Amino acid sequence: MDGLAAYVIRRLLFLPVTLLIVSFATFYITRWGPGDPISIYSGHYRDEEAFDRVREQYGLDKPIVAQYGIWLERVALHGDFGPSFRYRDRDIPDILGPKIWVSLRLSLYAFLIAFAIGIPVGILAAVKQGTWLDPFMISVFLFFQSIPALVTVPVLVLVLSAKLHWVPPGGFDGMFSKSMIIPTLALSLPGVAGIARLARATTLGTLGEDFVRTARAKGLDEFTVISRHVARNSVVPVMTTVIGLSLVGLVEGALFTETILGIPGIGRFTVEAVTTQDYNVVLTIVLFSATLFVLANLAVDIALAAIDPRIRFGGSNR
Amino acid sequence: MTALALSREPELEPISGVAGSPTARALRRLLGKRIAVLSLAVIAVFYSAGIFASLVAPYGYSEQNLDKSFEGPSLAHPFGTDRNGRDTLSRNIFAARTTVIVSVATVAAGGIVLPLTLGLLAGYRRGIVDAVIMRTGEILGALPGLPMLLLVNTTLRPRIKTWLTDTSGQVHVDFLANSNFLDYFLIFFFLSWFGWVGSSRLIRSQVLTLRRSEFIIAAEASGAGTVRILFRHLLPSVMPIVIVGVSAGLGAVAGTEIALTFLGVGIQPPHPSFGALITDGASRAVLENHPQLLLVPAAMVASLLFAFNLLGDALNDVFTPRAR
Repeated sequence: MDGLAAYVIRRLLFLPVTLLIVSFATFYITRWGPGDPISIYSGHYRDEEAFDRVREQYGLDKPIVAQYGIWLERVALHGDFGPSFRYRDRDIPDILGPKIWVSLRLSLYAFLIAFAIGIPVGILAAVKQGTWLDPFMISVFLFFQSIPALVTVPVLVLVLSAKLHWVPPGGFDGMFSKSMIIPTLALSLPGVAGIARLARATTLGTLGEDFVRTARAKGLDEFTVISRHVARNSVVPVMTTVIGLSLVGLVEGALFTETILGIPGIGRFTVEAVTTQDYNVVLTIVLFSATLFVLANLAVDIALAAIDPRIRFGGSNR
Repeated sequence: MTALALSREPELEPISGVAGSPTARALRRLLGKRIAVLSLAVIAVFYSAGIFASLVAPYGYSEQNLDKSFEGPSLAHPFGTDRNGRDTLSRNIFAARTTVIVSVATVAAGGIVLPLTLGLLAGYRRGIVDAVIMRTGEILGALPGLPMLLLVNTTLRPRIKTWLTDTSGQVHVDFLANSNFLDYFLIFFFLSWFGWVGSSRLIRSQVLTLRRSEFIIAAEASGAGTVRILFRHLLPSVMPIVIVGVSAGLGAVAGTEIALTFLGVGIQPPHPSFGALITDGASRAVLENHPQLLLVPAAMVASLLFAFNLLGDALNDVFTPRAR
């Protein structure tokens, strides 16, 4: 465990450095382009004097490095992410919180469905290894993975909503409404193949273990052996890896589904914030997502090491 | 008599099926798999359609005929025409050309050159070189790709465009600004910039297990330089990683182009790409009345991605024999 602890501490110590570089790069890129948020919101026929005054008020007339210094000081010392130019008088965390919550619930649904299909399929494929069923099942779900979300969502809307009138064509009204059906289908089906392949690989590893032979030897029927003994050992690593990595993709994962269906999640909001040059909001989202990336990857590493003590870390700094 | 027999060189006749490097043997095993051969055939058809687009396509991609707007399938137009009376089949073939250009350029840089150089170097040299390369990768990995690309597109693209069209400059490169070179370049630059991290890490860890093995020490002892050791001695053992990565990368870039073009940061009209075709075809009015405008590009992209997915699966199988 010593190697793991050192590894975790080293990664955590590097996190502030990552965030510093990420924030400076993002800060510079956002402010590098032509125009700024004030010129977007003031429109064509503006009072130049008032325009300059507002720019000065937000500190946008200063050199970029000076602006970054001011921003950094506020964030680091006061936890203040600055004003949003589009939603004035509201704190950025207050704006982002509900959006993140929507996306989080959406991806949770999608993963529950993807797991519910992927794990049994993967285990069955491993048990039936060498028969036609194994490549066939994996191929079917690889096919679902091959269709872009930009095709699936409009087709689902046309069939389920416009033709059959089963579900509303978009929007979001709570987790237990029919409006969740299309996004859940569109987000979960492409993910099944990956989970099934991972489950298949871990199950193949487990099937050769001694305890499986013991379970069979004591006369358990094949179903009990697979469901009680094999499944338990192959499900946990798959779940930790996939949940961890899905957190990493929280901002981007549902971006297209949210945009097409008009779901007020963080992905759709990011696109809006970037296109309206809402500097501070973009910066906060990038920082949030970078932190999530580092922490989620670290959590996956820790979980995998806890499951399988043979995994060694710390090889990179010796 | 026996001494004579013993002193003779043993026959070095290669046994068929066992000859060649491990990589070559694995690839030969791949050709024995029906699914893999079928996937390779689909990919080959798609890529040759793209490469020879101007020869294969019956019409130009922007050849309009407003009298024939939204025509159904006919002998002259096998998949009908779009809103401007442009031939759907030709536009899809030219879209394949866009996919080929973007994905081959991106994967050549971000899937082969960068990961090989950086991964081999980081694993072999260790120390400060390793630390700089791996930490850079970590920071790049932490940046959310799509938002960053949107951001770069709103800031960098206008800058480059002004720079290219600036008439006061020495060189006049208006044709670059007018062609879709900039679209290709931004996608290529951005995706390869982010793409090298994953495979570099795999290559590096493979090199870490080999750097102290006897054949490397022997090479060092006989005075081989770093470049020779990296590309002559270490390269063969990381080829499987590169091959699997290229197969996955070519599919991933083809999918990413669609996403980027949908967001308005990819290929700009009138140049055809699958992103543009799918975005146009997916609008409600078009989809309801002329579903072929969505289904044709969707089927072409899906079959390409499906082929790459199946090929990737088969490659994984032949390169990791214990998982079989």
